[in-house]
Amino acid sequence: MIINGVTIDETFAEAFGMKATRAIITAQNEKWAMISAQAMTGFATSVIACGCEAGIEKVLDPSETPDGRPGVSVLIFAMGGKGLAKQLETRAGQCVLTSPTSALFAGIDEGVQIPLGKNLRYFGDGFQISKKIAGKRYWRVPVMDGEFLTEETTGRVEAVGGGNFLVLAKSQPQALTACEAAIEEMRKIPNVIMPFPGGVVRSGSKVGSKYPALGASSNDAFCPTLKGMTKTELPADCESVMEIVIDGLTKEDIDKAMRVGIQAVCDLGAENGIQRISAGNYGGKLGPFHFHLREIMA
Amino acid sequence: MSALTFVMKHRLDQRVDMSPLVCNKLDGMIPSEIAAIELQNGKSKIRVDELFRIKGDDTQNIVIEGSFAKLDFIGKQLEGGSITVMGDVGAYLGLEMKSGSIKVDGNAGIYAACEMKNGYLEIKGNAGDLLAAALPGNKQGMRGGTVLIKGNVGERAGDHMRRGTLLIEGNAGDYCGSRMVAGTIAVMGTTGRYLGYAMRRGTLLLWNQPQLSATFNDCGSHTLAFLPILFASFKNLNSKFAKESARFNRVQRYGGDMAETGRGEVLVRI
Repeated sequence: MIINGVTIDETFAEAFGMKATRAIITAQNEKWAMISAQAMTGFATSVIACGCEAGIEKVLDPSETPDGRPGVSVLIFAMGGKGLAKQLETRAGQCVLTSPTSALFAGIDEGVQIPLGKNLRYFGDGFQISKKIAGKRYWRVPVMDGEFLTEETTGRVEAVGGGNFLVLAKSQPQALTACEAAIEEMRKIPNVIMPFPGGVVRSGSKVGSKYPALGASSNDAFCPTLKGMTKTELPADCESVMEIVIDGLTKEDIDKAMRVGIQAVCDLGAENGIQRISAGNYGGKLGPFHFHLREIMA
Repeated sequence: MSALTFVMKHRLDQRVDMSPLVCNKLDGMIPSEIAAIELQNGKSKIRVDELFRIKGDDTQNIVIEGSFAKLDFIGKQLEGGSITVMGDVGAYLGLEMKSGSIKVDGNAGIYAACEMKNGYLEIKGNAGDLLAAALPGNKQGMRGGTVLIKGNVGERAGDHMRRGTLLIEGNAGDYCGSRMVAGTIAVMGTTGRYLGYAMRRGTLLLWNQPQLSATFNDCGSHTLAFLPILFASFKNLNSKFAKESARFNRVQRYGGDMAETGRGEVLVRI
């Protein structure tokens, strides 16, 4: 399959099951909601060392938020329910509770309920106030700028993590430009995040390493500087490969995000140095969810 | 199916215990069985068909027409379904109600919504003393649900109230929110003396400045984020509380009752 001069490899991306939740952060204005959301989703690029993968899903209009203020929705993914709950609580406590004018709400009602403000309330040292409104429990925690309002719990659902595709380009600037275009389109898709810095990974990994202590290591088959030293997957004139990793609430959400992302890259086409689209395929070792590039782009 | 309707034939001198006529107890019964139910009337018993003409057969939708102030315990321990009352009701309306809805288009006597657990109760007229309170000797009054009073309420509304929302469009008598444990009472009209007397926690949300006891301390004026959410939850009510113009998020906050644990609050619109 070739789209606008870009070859779509006959391969698939592998993804695995995760647990996910959504939180809605509101504040006096969008600027402060975004600051809080960025702090909450910081250092959350990969479960390998961050404990979770998190990102900003979208900016919310005041009409879309529970308290009628500007807001930002964030998605957090982890390998297990306990890990997710722990990450959510620490991040909410350190990054949202502390952020001026913020309030924190559940973004998913269904599923297993996990603590959001349930334990943060103890910061109120006995002055916290519970309010049950329309079947939901909220906590009002007195803080120095007024009151921190938070919903008691949020819903945890089954999700999919690790959807991905690789962009092979003739030069590093061209690879980055293509990935930026893809991310811009993919951010319009709900229920997904691209957790890496700016949504783009330059250090895609393979499963395993020559060092027994490491579970993952540099994907040498796609490293352009190793073309002559390893079993490379790259054409001779490829100088740079970048990857976009997608976590989504469902496989279908990731399908959609991959489709618009790959399309945006292909729109730039061969004339802008884009050569191929490939994917992190680990021979079925990584996970049960397979995203066949050609099926997605069919 | 049409609503199971009890039309009052004549008014009695003695009070009537209406507690057998709730949706969950009548579920599955045919009209002749319902007609044969005996209601306590003073010291004697009276058959339902002696007191009411019965129409319809939907036991989950009960209507009482021609009600008056001696019909007590209407909707006692109601669990699902709806009861609509045309006229006044006596004491203990919706006592220990668990779910469902009760609507009264007249006035209610004492102890309406007493120890109510959940559901929706609406009174178009006035309610007597001890609305949403606990029975004498008990420690917890209303424990959940929503009560809307379009008229005025008597003394000690929300006494020992534990949870839930009590909305009063009119005025409240003395001791409103007394010994309150938690929950929310909103009063659009005026409030009497000893507001929140011995309240431990909970919120009294007022449209008019009350006469506060010395044991309530001024905590200043604030914009509170939970108020828009609280008002949004009223939007489907047939009430002044649902109106956009009734909404506010800026209040003067008073903490109290400091003679008790003092974690309660009186919020007054500013």
